[in-house]
Amino acid sequence: MTALFDTFKARAEAVSAEVHRFATKAEALDFILAFLRQENAADIPQSRVVWANGSLLDGVDLGQLAAQTPGLTFNVTRDAAETSKIGISQVECAISDTGTLVTDAAPVERRLVSALPLIHVAVVATDTIQPDMAAALVRVHPGQCGYISMITGPSRTADIERVLTIGVHGPSRLVIVFVDELGRS
Amino acid sequence: MNTAFRESIHSAVNNANLTGALGRFSEAYRVSRAKAYEGVDFEEVRGRIAELKSYAASHLNELAEIFTRNAQARGAKVFRTNDANAAAQYVVDLARKNGVKSVVKSKSMASEEIHLNRHLEEAGITASETDLGEWIVQLAGERPSHMVMPAIHMTKEQVAEVFSKEVNERLAADIPALVKRARKELRTKFLNAGMGVSGANIAVAETGSIVIITNEGNARLVTTLPKTHVAIVGVEKLVAHFSDVLPILKALPRSATAQLLTSYVSIITGPSPNTDGSLKDLHIVLMDSHRSEMANDPMFKEALQCIRCASCLNVCPVFRLVGGHVFGKTYTGGIGTILTAWFDELKQSEEIQGLCIQCGNCVDVCPGKVPIPDMILELRRRLVKQQGPSLKEKAAFGIVNNRRLFHTMLRAAYTVQKPFAKDGFIRHLPIFLSDLCEFRSLPAVAEEPFRDKFLKIEQPRSQEKAAFYAGCLIDFAYPETGTAVVQVLNKAGIEVIFPEGQTCCGAPARFSGAYEVAAGNAKANIDALLAEDVAYVVSACPTCTVALKHDFAKTFASLGLTESVPRAAALAAKVVDFSTLAKQLVDAGRLTLKEGDHLSRITYHDSCHLKKTLKADRAPRELLGKAGYELVEMFECDMCCGMGGSYSLKLPEISAPILRRKLTNIKNTGAPIVAMDCPGCAMQIRGGLDKDGAPIEVRHTAELIADRLDSGAGPRPGRPLGPASQAARRNEDR
Repeated sequence: MTALFDTFKARAEAVSAEVHRFATKAEALDFILAFLRQENAADIPQSRVVWANGSLLDGVDLGQLAAQTPGLTFNVTRDAAETSKIGISQVECAISDTGTLVTDAAPVERRLVSALPLIHVAVVATDTIQPDMAAALVRVHPGQCGYISMITGPSRTADIERVLTIGVHGPSRLVIVFVDELGRS
Repeated sequence: MNTAFRESIHSAVNNANLTGALGRFSEAYRVSRAKAYEGVDFEEVRGRIAELKSYAASHLNELAEIFTRNAQARGAKVFRTNDANAAAQYVVDLARKNGVKSVVKSKSMASEEIHLNRHLEEAGITASETDLGEWIVQLAGERPSHMVMPAIHMTKEQVAEVFSKEVNERLAADIPALVKRARKELRTKFLNAGMGVSGANIAVAETGSIVIITNEGNARLVTTLPKTHVAIVGVEKLVAHFSDVLPILKALPRSATAQLLTSYVSIITGPSPNTDGSLKDLHIVLMDSHRSEMANDPMFKEALQCIRCASCLNVCPVFRLVGGHVFGKTYTGGIGTILTAWFDELKQSEEIQGLCIQCGNCVDVCPGKVPIPDMILELRRRLVKQQGPSLKEKAAFGIVNNRRLFHTMLRAAYTVQKPFAKDGFIRHLPIFLSDLCEFRSLPAVAEEPFRDKFLKIEQPRSQEKAAFYAGCLIDFAYPETGTAVVQVLNKAGIEVIFPEGQTCCGAPARFSGAYEVAAGNAKANIDALLAEDVAYVVSACPTCTVALKHDFAKTFASLGLTESVPRAAALAAKVVDFSTLAKQLVDAGRLTLKEGDHLSRITYHDSCHLKKTLKADRAPRELLGKAGYELVEMFECDMCCGMGGSYSLKLPEISAPILRRKLTNIKNTGAPIVAMDCPGCAMQIRGGLDKDGAPIEVRHTAELIADRLDSGAGPRPGRPLGPASQAARRNEDR
């Protein structure tokens, strides 16, 4: 798993993603909350946070967490996502050799939080890392999933003078949080 | 060539923004593409893609049916049509029915092909492109200049100008700021649009899925925010199995933009929920529009293996000079020429097919293994058949087809040129011919053609014989190359014969689409070269070698002259290029070069036919190394020199800048000698260096090797090398 993670990290960072890894859910949650503070999350337009629920939050009192965290909502609507700076979601698995995240994006809130805000924080269980796309698409297959979204780094363009520019229509930052403890149930 | 087309070429090659941006990109592309493919077996991947796309092309109707059934079962509405107008009308009607006022689009070439934006606007519906490059081009009222990079011809200043007009505010030419502004403007459009229109990169029959890749993330918004999503998909995007997406997704981003994967890949199977909880109104327009006709034509079926990566544009020496606008249609470059001929009509390709210089760069990189140059030749042949050759070509080929007349005229040329020739060059011609040597000097016709010189060469007798095929340039302009070939082969104990009946190899006629003329040349040469029993047929001109070895049979096959194919094959088995044979003789110990001398630095130019078709790029380098030269590789050593036979006469405005780039790369090595295996390239490069005044010698490999024959060692008749074609075939199997 360490080799797969190392390759993932190298490949994802090569396309400007930020990669973190934590042993426990508690550490990961602490990191995310600290990140929100650092980014000045607040209940004003373009500073809010939308979080599409995932297993990282199992056992967490969402009402209490939202109340403690300025600007955070778990009620992901189109308007909430459009006025947020940060979107958080959990993805199904990762692909090591391209630094890609694979998500079952049929639930629309998962697309909204990863497409509209400027920053996307993606939570992923470390032991879901697959060596390549072939293995990943066995886990997430169109037979069960109507909208599969693969994400490799932040949104980018080179359409003006071939100059690489990050953050066109999607997020300009992709922060990936691996959690070893997730999925080890 | 019509005036408007000539003018569009003229304005393109003189557009410094365009040629600068495309030139820099294509130079960087080769390096970044190679890096993206590190650790990937490209031949294996493209073998799989070619196979699965070929299967799909043979089963278009069946796959379309399976796709329709499966997509419908998942809740998508599928509209199948053969007609481009019906496809556009379907989208317009749907928008009207749903009261849609504005449409957001992610990049779709199929929608451009059916002029969807125009249809929507005529119905009073606003259509906004959302891919940044496409939006820039749309706002500027222009057409994309590249299939993957639509606005590559524009500077940031021009983009700022266009955006400023759109937002009614003076914007600075600052790229990140412009991108940010585009995000803001287009975000509003996404949120307000009633319909999203996309294309698809792949459509999977087995699952009824469409696959869309983008880097900007616009396709995710187009398919998520509006309540209706219409995907316009050409049937050539169909594949049978879901697993087929893997090799395509492995190659497409690597070949298109040198990425391991694009930022986003969306695989959509049936409608997903909208943001208000309703289910997406998902429509898939599956459009044939001449694709099935292509699939049924054995000469063009493989064009459906294209995955639209545009790598054929990125490596093309002509495209990087002229860009996409001169093609005048949605699809550009080599593959675009072919698609235009089919999706519009053959006649629409009349001018643009002439842009292909037949260098074969695109064949090496195509992930779908589409033989683009061969298909363009076939278009040429059909155009000539439909419309007849130009009067000028008709006259020229009338002469070429009559060997005696042709050779008499070449001999006469020596006398006619006298007032213009000096030191073996013609540097100026009277006004009506002055274009011919504006950017390079032409070689003077030799006083004594090789066929006459040959009779005076004394040769050792030997049982092992080779027939030398000179070709027109060596015979009449560079006889010294022919003499060198004979010296080298004699040294190895091979006796050379020169069959008098040999004539033009037919390449000029074939490249002009005049296949009947080429077939006449082929027959005459086969008769002449097979008359005597020889072990090898040797040529020191790669274009001629390819004609003898590959094209004679292809020409016969194209014309249905199947009875002539076996004789062409018998000849092909004996044909070998000079360097491959010489290298084989050195390896067998039958040819020794002077050893121990350290000669000067040398750089080597790969001729297109030698490297791309015959794959004999190593033999000349190894020979020159053994001869004592220190090889310094030039940048883009295997990029065309711009000669392309009569191409340099027909399109001097393109040939000249290609040559200039080559001369710069040669000069940058600092080597005093540039070697090559092709007298055509030698003519172009020698003529260019003569005009340029650079003191660099241009030599054929055969001459350099002949200079280094070990005079001490006598002829070494050894064991025969076996079928001549073995070494050549080993090259091509590589």
